[in-house]
Amino acid sequence: MNPDSLAAAPHIHRRRQPFPFGESQSTKDGMLRILVIEDDPEAASYLVKGLSEFGHTADHAADGQTGLQMALDSSYDILIVDRMLPKMDGLSIIKELRRDGNHTPVLILSALGQVDDRVKGLKAGGDDYLPKPFAFTELQARVEALARRPQSASQVETTYTVGDLTLDRMAHSCRRGDTEIPLQPREFRLLEYLMQHAGQVVTRTMLLENVWEYHFDPQTNVIDVHISRLRGKIDKGFDTPLLHTIRGAGYTIRDAAH
Amino acid sequence: MTRLTRFTRTTAFKLSLLYIAVFTVMSGILLVYVAENTDHLMSEQVVQAVDSELKGLSDVYVRGGVRDLVQAIDRRSRHPDASLYLLTDFSGNALVGNIARLPTIVLEEADGGLRRVRYTQLGQESEDIERQAMVRTFELRGGFRLLVGRDLGDQLRFSTLLGNALRLWLVVVVVMAAITWLFVSRRVMKRIDDISATSRMIMNGDLSERLTIAGNDDEFDRLAVNLNTMLDRIELLMQSMKDVTDNIAHDLKTPLTRLQTRIEIALREAKGEAGYRGALEATLDETDHLLRIFNALLRIARIESMAPGSSIKPTDLNKLVAEVAELYEPLVEDEGGKLEVDIPADLKAECNRDLVSQVMVNLIENALKYGRPEEGGILIRLSGKEDDDRVILSVTDNGPGIPEKDMDRVMDRFVRLEESRSEPGTGLGLSLVKAVARLHGGDLRFKNGSPGLCARIDLAPVVPANSGSGNAEGGSTGRSEKPVGE
Repeated sequence: MNPDSLAAAPHIHRRRQPFPFGESQSTKDGMLRILVIEDDPEAASYLVKGLSEFGHTADHAADGQTGLQMALDSSYDILIVDRMLPKMDGLSIIKELRRDGNHTPVLILSALGQVDDRVKGLKAGGDDYLPKPFAFTELQARVEALARRPQSASQVETTYTVGDLTLDRMAHSCRRGDTEIPLQPREFRLLEYLMQHAGQVVTRTMLLENVWEYHFDPQTNVIDVHISRLRGKIDKGFDTPLLHTIRGAGYTIRDAAH
Repeated sequence: MTRLTRFTRTTAFKLSLLYIAVFTVMSGILLVYVAENTDHLMSEQVVQAVDSELKGLSDVYVRGGVRDLVQAIDRRSRHPDASLYLLTDFSGNALVGNIARLPTIVLEEADGGLRRVRYTQLGQESEDIERQAMVRTFELRGGFRLLVGRDLGDQLRFSTLLGNALRLWLVVVVVMAAITWLFVSRRVMKRIDDISATSRMIMNGDLSERLTIAGNDDEFDRLAVNLNTMLDRIELLMQSMKDVTDNIAHDLKTPLTRLQTRIEIALREAKGEAGYRGALEATLDETDHLLRIFNALLRIARIESMAPGSSIKPTDLNKLVAEVAELYEPLVEDEGGKLEVDIPADLKAECNRDLVSQVMVNLIENALKYGRPEEGGILIRLSGKEDDDRVILSVTDNGPGIPEKDMDRVMDRFVRLEESRSEPGTGLGLSLVKAVARLHGGDLRFKNGSPGLCARIDLAPVVPANSGSGNAEGGSTGRSEKPVGE
């Protein structure tokens, strides 16, 4: 995986080809080199351990300067950077990296909370932002989404295909087999995002952020209703379901044949 | 002593001293100027008088010689006024005049120059008293010398008078300034001492204490009002922090205990991997709930600590509400209800899209939870309008409403009216709505409709960027004016 990918706008995650879904550790391709820059030893070991369990290689830096040095010295697929660090804060690390021409995707972790902090983080060159405390499934889903971003704009596909489901982004149309499926604009956007991340787990929060552009979590299952409506359109009446619910995590769209 | 030191260190003291000094110097300069000018004017008058006497006498002398001059001087010197005359012969003996003694040098140097001399007057009871005069002396033919002058008594008396007045004036100025300073600084000291005393009480922990306001709207009153407002806010924050702590203790205890029980039961009774997995998944749900509570608390705290008006920009409310409605419509329909939107097409407000969207979401979720009518489907109406220079957003349901007595309580953190405690949720939804409304300079209000409950928040309307002060009313009527966004 080339770390020098072009940083695209944070909410336009795109991918090159459908990625086979499965427990990540089972696929060699899914293995990521991740650097965790986090000063709290407990949180760091939790992250490193968790990521290793999912088949990734995770290194750890306990302060900002070491972290920046490590990020510059070796190539990582993803950086997970805490905002408040000793010696050099997270945003400065990102700015320094970007100035150096290093475009490794960065996921910012922050206990600082929300609202305007995330804007600052993304402005500094971060690619995604996750406020603490978070569920590990949320972090994992976001890390994998970031890792599979296209390397450049030319690699953005105009058509997504999962099994016999095809989404034409140019013509704004969707087909399953020979059947044309009419979609509302928001349903189209939802399916588009899911298919961009085909084979990966997409959390409810990621959907809210990227499809609806809301940065808060409603207390009800409002996303589930949209998913079940979408499912009613793309899966109902077909033999193999494509849109799956992953308990405790989110959703994924994948072709069972893979 | 310490009191005096403290007194002399006050700003009032230093200012008063400065004022006294400046005022004294200014008065001094004014008086000296007046005195100098008066003196100059009077000297000129003396010189003029002497010169006109001289002219008269020289006419007499030219026409009638020394004999006539003697007669004229004799006549004139009998008049009791300030004019002085003396005519001497070549040996210096006085022939005629009203001067008894004067320095001989004045007569010897008879060059016509103006001189100030001491002399004694002739033929008066005050013959021994030395007086001052301005004189001119001329030499006439035959060794005669003529002296004409004018007594300076009046002028000197006036100068003395002026001098005394100046000294008296200075004394009065200093005394008055001192009295004013005493009065002012005592007053200032008292106010400041009051403030200090109150702040000490507050520092000692009594947050309910407030500064006294004298009611004369001076700078101290304004300061006191501001400090009191600050104290109100601090007290409110302290109180809400205390409430939160209490409520956290109360509300987090339940899920935490449940979590503990579940783990204990799983350890004791679960059979095989499936049993443990089930227990762990249930545990995960519980921790998810806990995390949600914490996140909501953090978010509210964050919003409450934001400066009013920060991260706010002109926003199209019609679009904002339509998007929220679109997100919730399927959910409401699935629950057998209906979601209606009623917002003017060009309604805009200064707000934060994300926060106000969350407000609408929370209010809709609230309506879904508590606003169901006894029978029939729930009807949720999202509406917006401009009213009295504020933009109002409201969410109305057709449910049972809430009892009047609970109107204020529902907005407190963690408060969920007893009958609804079993519903899922953090109990923080309305607290967040209120915090967001406050951030936008507004508030959250409830009204029992017929039927149902109407929750409304108010936001600031968008003021066109090029508007002056006169556009205040234009904002409410001129809806068609497109505000200039960023």
